[in-house]
Parts: sequence; C-alpha cells; structure tokens
Amino acid sequence: MSNTKVEPKAHSHGLGQVPISKLGTRGSHDVNDFPVPNGREEEWRFTPLRRLKGLQDWKGTADGKDELTIDAPEGVTVEQVGRDDERLGTAGHPADRVIAQAYSSFEQATVITVPRSSTPDKPITVDRKGLGGTAFEQLVLDVQPMAEATVVVSNTGTGVRSGSLDIHVGEGANLTLISLQEWDDDAVEVSQHNAVVGKDATFKSVVITLGGDLVRLSPKVSYSGRGGSAELYGLYFAGDKQHHEHRSLIDHNWSYTRSRVDYKGALSGEGAHTVWIGDVIIGEGTDGTDSYENNRNLQLTDGTRVDSVPNLEIFTGEVQGAGHASASGRLEDIHLFYLRSRGIPAEEARRLIIRGYFWDIVNRIDIPELRERVMAKVEEKLVAHE
Amino acid sequence: MTKFEIRGLRADVLIGEEERQEILTGVDLTVNSGETHAIMGPNGSGKSTLAYAIAGHPRYEVTEGEVLLDGENVLDMEVDERARAGVFLAMQYPVEVPGVSMSNFLRSAMTAARGEAPKLRQFSKELQGAMKGLGIESAFASRGVNEGFSGGEKKRHEILQMELLKPKIAVLDESDSGLDVDALKIVADGINRAKEENGLGVMLITHYTRILDHVEPDHVHVFAGGRIAESGGPELANVLETDGYERFVKAGA
Repeated sequence: MSNTKVEPKAHSHGLGQVPISKLGTRGSHDVNDFPVPNGREEEWRFTPLRRLKGLQDWKGTADGKDELTIDAPEGVTVEQVGRDDERLGTAGHPADRVIAQAYSSFEQATVITVPRSSTPDKPITVDRKGLGGTAFEQLVLDVQPMAEATVVVSNTGTGVRSGSLDIHVGEGANLTLISLQEWDDDAVEVSQHNAVVGKDATFKSVVITLGGDLVRLSPKVSYSGRGGSAELYGLYFAGDKQHHEHRSLIDHNWSYTRSRVDYKGALSGEGAHTVWIGDVIIGEGTDGTDSYENNRNLQLTDGTRVDSVPNLEIFTGEVQGAGHASASGRLEDIHLFYLRSRGIPAEEARRLIIRGYFWDIVNRIDIPELRERVMAKVEEKLVAHE
Repeated sequence: MTKFEIRGLRADVLIGEEERQEILTGVDLTVNSGETHAIMGPNGSGKSTLAYAIAGHPRYEVTEGEVLLDGENVLDMEVDERARAGVFLAMQYPVEVPGVSMSNFLRSAMTAARGEAPKLRQFSKELQGAMKGLGIESAFASRGVNEGFSGGEKKRHEILQMELLKPKIAVLDESDSGLDVDALKIVADGINRAKEENGLGVMLITHYTRILDHVEPDHVHVFAGGRIAESGGPELANVLETDGYERFVKAGA
C-alpha cells in the first residue's frame, strides 16, 4: 500500500519546470493531508457540506453493510483483498478529503481482473445494494492488455458511501464502464473514478445518476501511453431537493490522446441542484491532443439550480483540437409546439422531447435492457412533476 | 363536408416581454371540403402569421375574431386539440426536434389523431407506402425529427405527415418554396392525393404561382397589410404573375 504525500503528478515529458495546474491533478491517499473543508474551497463550494453526513470530518465508525453481488463471466477473476494488496491506490490519488478518508479507512477491497487478450462474452455486473450505515469502499478493475470488457456497476439501496473505483485499461484494451447511481432518496455517495488509459486503449464511461439525496462523483482520466482514447458520458436527473454533482478531470499527460466528455442533465422540482465541473488539462510537451467537452442542462420547473463550469488548461502549442460547450435552459416551447401541432398531447410531447434529449447519452449503453431501464426511470421522474 | 371559417381575425406577434405588433388586421375567409384556396401576397404581408395564428403558435396571440371548424371555435382549443379536430399546418420552417425519431413521432401523432395506436405492422406498411409516394428514403424514419434535413426534405416530410394524419383542413405555408421542379411536382402530387382521397380543404399560402400549375386553386386571394385585399378565381394568379404585388403593397401600406 502506498501512502503518498501530496505531490504534483508530472504531466510533462520535456525538461525544465513542470507547470502545476490549478486543477486537481494533485492529491493524496492520506486524509491528514487535506484540511477539513469549510465549504468555501474551490472543490467544495458547490457541495452542501451539511448533507454529507459528517464525511468531511469523519469521526464515526464504519458500520455500513452492503449486499454485494458480482457476476463475472468465465475467465474473469474476482478477489476480496486487504489493505496491503499492492494493486490498490495505483490509478490516481484521492482529490479531496472525503475520498482520502475513504482510502484511509477501508478494510476490504474488491479486485476484478480481466486477463490479457480475453473477451468475456457478457458484461461483468457489480450490484451493490446499500443496507444503511456508513461504509468506505475500494474497487479495482484491471483490464489487462488487449482484453475487451463491459462492466456494469449498479448502486441501489441506502446508506452513506464513499470510495474510489480504480480502473486500469491496459495497452490496446477496450473497456466500457456503466455506473448507475440509483440510490434511495436518503442515500449519500461521494466517490471518485480513476481511470488510467493505456497506449492505444479505449475507455468509455457512462455515468447514470438518478437517485440519492446527494451524489458527488468525480471521474478522472489520465493516460499511460500514446493513442489512448477516453469517452465520458453522463446522464443525471435531479428531482426535489436532490444534489447531483459530477466533476470530471481529463489529464492529457501523453501525446496523441483523445477525450470526449458529454454530460446531460435534467432538473425538476424545488431545490433540485446539479453541478457539472469539466476539467481538461493538456500537458506540457504533449502533441496532437484531441479533446472536447459538452454539458447540457434542462430545467423543467422553477426552483432548480444549475452550476456548469468547464475548465481548460493548455500547456502546449501543439493541440489538434480542444473545445467546450455548456448550455442550460428550459424546454424549447417551439419543440413542444411542433409536436403538439400534430395532435400529440402536451404531456406526451414533453415526454418524447425529454426522451430525445437524453437519447444520445442513453444510446451509448450497448445493453438494450439497461437502456430501457434507464429511460423508464427517467420517465418515472418526469411524471412526478406533471 | 367540412366548413372552415375565419371571421374577423386579428392577431399580434409577441416580440418581447412587453413588445408586440399587430400583424393580422381582420381576416375573413371560408374554405369548404375539397376546395383549394391560394393565399398569395408579398413578403411581410402576414401570410405566415395567419397560418401560425390558426395553429396556435406560442409567439402569436389572437386579439379578435374566431376560426370555426364546422361551427366549433378552434381558438378555444389547445394546440394539440386543434390538430386532432382536423386542422393541419405544414410549416414554412419545420422544427428540428433532436433525438425524437421520425417514426416514433409519426406513430404518436397517428395514435393521437385516430384515438388508438396503429398496429405496428400496419403502421410500418402505411409509413413506408407514404414515404415511397413522396420519394423519401426509408432510412429517414429512424432519423431525428427534421434533424439535419435539407429544406426540400423538410417540406416533403410535412406533406408526409399530412398524408398520414388525414386532416380535414390543411394550411400549407410556402410548402413550395425552396423546391426544385421535380420536388415541387412530388409535393403537389401529395397534396392532390390528399384532396382526392380525403376531400381535404386546402389553404395554399404561396409567394409564387409556380405550384398553381400543379395544384389547381378554386379561389385565389391576395393577402396584403394583414388581411385579404382581393379575391378572385384562378385567373387572378395570372394577373399577379404578370403585374406583381406592387399595387397591393401600396394599398396595404
């Protein structure tokens, strides 16, 4: 186990001074390296700390229990390991105190390995049902070189959960990760995904957040070789008083790497709050980076709040493409008019438009039953405010 | 037999929160089943406003008058009720609705119009048949509503919707503009089919006489200054073709 001190992660392959990004590439596995947040810090200013159930300054006991069901096709190994397993904590540092707390406190971790060149014939599913209490967790997905896999992580139930999901996508490997946050209304989740995308590897992440009282999820990507590609897609739908926060960071620390970030959200009901922070760093000395990020938010009722902040830091002149877009607003009345002018009743027109709005994200899920499940949940939430 | 009557219709365009401008200044027109009325006029005369006001576009507000479909005032109906009652608007600039597939959209619209969902096989047969008749490739059914369609493709899809929904009255707002001769012929054939098969009454709003060679009007009206300035038979179109709208622009101003 490594308990590394705070240090800038180099994203430079040239000589001379390493520029230190303002963005969160720094971090530590030790909770004591982070002060207790007061809510004014850049990384905490959008998060309602009083709803973190004390995670920001943890003094309790980890009393949480989960019902964990992992279904892995033949050839894939699933291990429960202790703190001393050297595969833990190697994909990146916790970027904030809560994630570091989870790393400092967990007792058992799960490691799932997809062996070299294997192509499991069905998705690996990790179903976690929270049975209450507070728990700190670590999950490692090791997709070895040239392997190809789909992993579906499904979070349901209740409790306070925090931890990291470390993802290694080996050279030439291909991983699709679908992470569903379908928690009960009172659950709290603060977690970080750390993906290291290998040379010529492909990583696709689809994050679907529909449940919970507060979900704060930080998907981070770095590369361990040229030619890696990462696509991060997200769909969130915050209802009454729900807080859904997604904070992606793509660190283009190698040349000829590609990234796409596309997160789409909807908000409906008093106190619904969504946050999207999209950080992209294009490292010094790198060449041929191709990056684009997009965030859209649909505010379906009054009383909702959207924060959407794209950040792009470029430390090289040799960029192939880098851009971002962010837009938030209401349902277009002209879209409604068009559908209704063909006789489609207002509620159904609304439903069709919102389905259509999320379609390009949902369509990234290659499993038809899962697509339907997500759309059904979205429609359930829509009905709540009709 | 349907009677569609526009009586003393006045309407404003809503420009901003406080700002509005009167466009329609008192329109009177009666269209019966099977009749085709060409509404011609210069740009900015209010032809499209008339179309939008009838359909209930959110950026227009009727201030006076009524629009009766067999005696029922459609202005008292919601936008979707108007359509279900049998009033169809083919828009000059059809709206793109991203992510909603054309076939889903059409099936929902047909379900609404008929009061029950068409059986899938029947629907797909009907859709493919209607698309073929308008020279639309079947791949369009799975694309988003008007998403990335060319101007001509959008116009054809408006007519496609009209043929599938079988309205009683259709307001066609410049369905001919931006079409090449072949496409114009295809669109005109679609309109004529709907007239023959369903006794459709048509308000054909156009700037040009070209389409009237293919869709024969029973009446021609000149629209200027937000109302009908002159009415006549098909021969009026020829006068306009030769003399232009100049006389009416002055009269309307």
